[in-house]
Amino acid sequence: MSALSHFFAMGGYAGYVWPAYAVFFAVLIADSVAPRLRRRRILRDLRGRLARQTARERRSTSSTPAP
Amino acid sequence: MAKWIPLWLHKLGSPPTFYRFAGAVRPWAMGLALLFGVIGLYGGLVLAPPDYQQGDAYRIIFIHVPSAWMSMFVYAVMGVSGFIALVWRMKLAEVVAMESAPIGAAFAFITLATGSLWGKPMWGTWWTWDARLTSELVLLFLYLGVIGLYHAFEDRRQGARAASFLAIIGVINVPIVHYSVVWWNTLHQGSTVNIFGHSKMPWDMLWPLLAMTLATKCYYAASLCRRARTDILALESGKDWVREIAQAEAAR
Repeated sequence: MSALSHFFAMGGYAGYVWPAYAVFFAVLIADSVAPRLRRRRILRDLRGRLARQTARERRSTSSTPAP
Repeated sequence: MAKWIPLWLHKLGSPPTFYRFAGAVRPWAMGLALLFGVIGLYGGLVLAPPDYQQGDAYRIIFIHVPSAWMSMFVYAVMGVSGFIALVWRMKLAEVVAMESAPIGAAFAFITLATGSLWGKPMWGTWWTWDARLTSELVLLFLYLGVIGLYHAFEDRRQGARAASFLAIIGVINVPIVHYSVVWWNTLHQGSTVNIFGHSKMPWDMLWPLLAMTLATKCYYAASLCRRARTDILALESGKDWVREIAQAEAAR
């Protein structure tokens, strides 16, 4: 058996050791991706709110009835 | 403000200053986490010899034990900052307490899942209502309770205060998790590593474990920085400095 396949076999416990490490990395990656997506959403919502606000202000100034 | 508190610490409490500070700390913390993680995993998976009783299955320890320590450490941080949030009404303490909860829950979940994967080949069962396992499960539920209570309120700061209160009460569970293997006759083994005394572990197994412990500590610092920054943006979204960030990121 080659050194590499010996390593991956984990002395017959590969079915327990590797899933454990997979859980560890999957959960931590999910934990670091979640705030990144949230940040993007917060800033996008804020830009939308600011754009609507400026549009409303422009409309209210242009629609003042002329005498 | 009391005189003995240095001015920079006082300034750090202001959201824009903390936002910049956390942004500067985060890449270093993440870099150290990756460095210690690579060293620890190489030491644990490749260099350390197999255990004389458990063979290679014991290698789960290098993620299981650091995660278990972190699940308790993060809870303690959450409890202390929750206390500060309740007593001094500090906005930043609320942020730290509430943003620690998901990270702690992640570590508690990892602890239970990897423990289950370790228990099956060694004990012959995925789960048993052992004192250590049950108290760790309660810890996960406390985290989920804090997260749920926080989001149940319309007003975020009110929710943070209610959830901080729950977090403080739940602190009682942390010593129960820690001493469960001493107080009760458990299937779970006792402590292998002892900070103040002799560790029952040879050095070539111990150092990868300590490296992984440092890696998870640094990861927590990095993740907390990122989460706190994001949360501060949400809290302060009406302020000019956040608007500037929003416009700057749109232009990029």
